[in-house]
Amino acid sequence: MGKEDRRMIWNPFLIVVVVLLVCILIAMIRVLLGPTAPDRVVGLDTINTLVIAAMLLFGAAFEEIIYIDVAIVYALLSFVTTLFIAKYLEGGRF
Amino acid sequence: MEWIEWLLYIFLGIGVAFNFLASIGLLRFPDVYTRLHAGTKCTTFGSIFLSLAVIIYGLWKYYDGEKYMLTLSIHAFFALIAIILTNPTGAHAIARAAHRSGVKPARAVVDDLEEERK
Repeated sequence: MGKEDRRMIWNPFLIVVVVLLVCILIAMIRVLLGPTAPDRVVGLDTINTLVIAAMLLFGAAFEEIIYIDVAIVYALLSFVTTLFIAKYLEGGRF
Repeated sequence: MEWIEWLLYIFLGIGVAFNFLASIGLLRFPDVYTRLHAGTKCTTFGSIFLSLAVIIYGLWKYYDGEKYMLTLSIHAFFALIAIILTNPTGAHAIARAAHRSGVKPARAVVDDLEEERK
């Protein structure tokens, strides 16, 4: 195993991404067994923010700028989706 | 440039600790509003520190002579602004929708919003 490979495996950004994956799984438990619909939306919103943070860290780990652009677009689209679901739960007149 | 690696590790540690506390709070709190309180604030704060770590990493690489890393840093800054602006607004929309769809806070003492609507 060369020096480059070891650096790729022990990259601190990738270790943080693995911990964020565990956080996403824990939030997914709340999405699965939330008693009411707003509980599930709260879990989904948390998962969205964690995915944005994970995309930023992937962009830094592999030094790819396009991942960061994907994170920006994902942030704005998940915000719009959250607003639509909230409007629907409210008993929505659009 | 040893100290900037330590700064990077400290920022990553703070960010991942707060994100983990947010997902624990989603499981432990009793009703929607307290879960929203934990999930939104902690993930916003943690994601701010994670993206600050990415920005610092990009600036460090740029200072070392890789010119394209400045672009990564600027784009991470725009992602940080998007997170800061959109996350509390979405939480406000969810909380208002939950209250209007009839979810009561657990063990609520005073419900001023319900009084307002009468």
